[in-house]
Amino acid sequence: MEGLWEYRWLLLQGTGVTLLLGLCGLALALAIGLVCAAAKIGGTPVVKRLAGYYTTFVRSVPDLCMMLLLYFGGQTLLNKLGAATGWWDYIEINSLAAGVITIGFIFGAYMTESFRGAYGSIPKGQLEAAMAIGMTSRQLFRRITFPQLMGYALPSIGVNWMVLLKTTALVSVVGLKDLVFFGVSAGRSTRDPFTFLIAILVIYLILTALSDVALRAIEARYTRGRRIGA
Amino acid sequence: MTLAAFFSGFMAWITEFSSKSSPVDFVLILSHWDIFLIGIKNTVLLVLVGLSFGAVIALPMAIARWKRVPFLAKAIGVFVYVFRGSPMLVQAYVFYYGLAQFEAVRNSFLWPVLREPWWCAAIAFAINSAAYQVEIFRGGLDSVPRGEIEATAAIGMSQGSALRHVILPSALRRCLPMIANESIFLLHGSAIASMLTITDVLGAGRKLNAQYYLAYEGFLAATVIYMALVFIITRILGWVERRTLKHLALQSMTTREQTQMI
Amino acid sequence: MMQNKANSPQLSGATLIARDIHKSFGSLEVLKGITVEAQKGEVISILGSSGSGKSTFLRCINFLETADSGYIEVNGTGVEVPVRDSGKASTQKILALRRNTGFVFQSFNLWSHMTVLQNLMEGPLHVLGLSSSEARDRARKLLQRVGLAEKEDAYPAFLSGGQQQRVAIARALAMEPAALLFDEPTSALDPELVGEVLRVMRGLAEEGRTMLVVTHEISFARDVSSRVVFLHKGQIEMQGKPAEVFRRGQSERFDQFLANTAH
Repeated sequence: MEGLWEYRWLLLQGTGVTLLLGLCGLALALAIGLVCAAAKIGGTPVVKRLAGYYTTFVRSVPDLCMMLLLYFGGQTLLNKLGAATGWWDYIEINSLAAGVITIGFIFGAYMTESFRGAYGSIPKGQLEAAMAIGMTSRQLFRRITFPQLMGYALPSIGVNWMVLLKTTALVSVVGLKDLVFFGVSAGRSTRDPFTFLIAILVIYLILTALSDVALRAIEARYTRGRRIGA
Repeated sequence: MTLAAFFSGFMAWITEFSSKSSPVDFVLILSHWDIFLIGIKNTVLLVLVGLSFGAVIALPMAIARWKRVPFLAKAIGVFVYVFRGSPMLVQAYVFYYGLAQFEAVRNSFLWPVLREPWWCAAIAFAINSAAYQVEIFRGGLDSVPRGEIEATAAIGMSQGSALRHVILPSALRRCLPMIANESIFLLHGSAIASMLTITDVLGAGRKLNAQYYLAYEGFLAATVIYMALVFIITRILGWVERRTLKHLALQSMTTREQTQMI
Repeated sequence: MMQNKANSPQLSGATLIARDIHKSFGSLEVLKGITVEAQKGEVISILGSSGSGKSTFLRCINFLETADSGYIEVNGTGVEVPVRDSGKASTQKILALRRNTGFVFQSFNLWSHMTVLQNLMEGPLHVLGLSSSEARDRARKLLQRVGLAEKEDAYPAFLSGGQQQRVAIARALAMEPAALLFDEPTSALDPELVGEVLRVMRGLAEEGRTMLVVTHEISFARDVSSRVVFLHKGQIEMQGKPAEVFRRGQSERFDQFLANTAH
């Protein structure tokens, strides 16, 4: 127990990194999700197929495997590119950046499906009423589609966030100094891995609980006009 | 030129090409199919053990939750919350690194089992999967139409008998799509085993990389194998689902359509 | 028996012109060349059994459906279908057309994430470019008009069907359109709520608004409209003043239609 107290700053720092990783990854995933959902809904057949390959690919490969592949493979690719073009000598991808990109890439696929399903849930009449009034497509999207989209997509986005939060633990494997990294190292130094591992678990549970509260509040705001069950 | 000579010449050329010029040394990967076979074996076994042991633990717990047994339901709720709310990687570490530090564990009769990384992984997977399966089974039980349950009471069937003959079969069939999803997720999660020094598919890839000082080829091979595994499993599960859900006569979605919808 | 084009008014300067509209869905031809012209202040009821194409016709006018061929003009702005130049000119014309027609849907389609007042202000504020206070004034006046002034901060989901439809009518009026299009406005309402909506529509007719109403309410067609158009299988079977049309014996199909429609 004393060990925990001694290492409290490291654990806090690690938690901060984990949260940063999670939130940045979420932002990237949401952006990718919106773009790919738009592609799947309104794109040309080729674009639709590409988006389909992307989601299928992500769904077929374990997160850990994808992370290692993207980190080491990406590193090698960049260096080979540098060698071939002579633009740079040796680049080492910052592990936080690599983590954000990987998580964004993986969860972008899941968010695509969240948005796609949500778009299908918007009653067509809502959009028709806007068209009937003479709104341009940009206005339609900003004033009607997007607000309603978020309301329908939020439960699914929330579920994905919970999974994303836990997936951040994997980035410790490529050396990111996050919560898991510090917890495991501290456990090793103090020869008390059990205590620190449990501490990591507890912190994750706290983060999960906080997320739950936050999601409920956000959902309430976005479904303001809807009757319960509507 | 004899066929044999031609063939060996071709092999020499392609090996040369693969190792020197090709971006991916595929000959090297293919020639080590034996490591990957071990990897596949371990992954498949771990997932099967995790799923089945998990199911065995989960079912009674799900029934207790569904019946709202006073103290038990809450306790199981805590269990579910803890194991669904934290990363499986850390849970696996707890079983492998965490437990080993205690004298009591090292001296217990369980030690021969708990010492093995394979079993630590299997236990971690089973418990984690159980947490998810409890909620899946509970959902299935909740979705059995009330009328069907009332009918069993009406003909005087005992609760236990009703459960065994009517309720469970109906509930389990209904949650098949979700179980199928869970098995894919467990397959994804099983890659963690490689962090416990187990030679699963990902572990095989790491071994290859380590042996030949490669950066990523092993991971690439592992990726391809996982994609194949997911493809095969999804097909099989889709077939099973179609056959067992026929009685519902709904336009029930196949696993693939469901997974595409999450 | 009154036929298609022979008796339809071909006056120029009409507020709304829909000429020779053809529309097919796949191999099914739903509209086989329909022409309707509405003068200012006319209230035209469009009757017909389901499948006759009446809703499709109405939706072609404001391009919620795009007709395969024909000509549509509202208040002087006209669009020829099929659209030849795929440039901005036609898009602008279509938008102008939509802004000049107020559409009232069968299922109201009030925006669920906005309050009643916001629903009414949306068009004037963001499409017409009015200032926020002007839009609000206009919205409040219209709400008063349809008898729902106290509901301005309510969300649509909490209103009855009849109330929602009255708000929808106010929303259409907020754009100050040249013509109003009603697509079976009372079909989705419980019987006891139909009256309040019909009353509002009657008021609009008496005001001199130009209205095209696709409806099943025979009483409205007979008592309030200035002209009745009866569609059958994508063509105008009969049209004329209510007194003439509702005289039995003019058209077998129409008599059958009347018999089948409870009124």
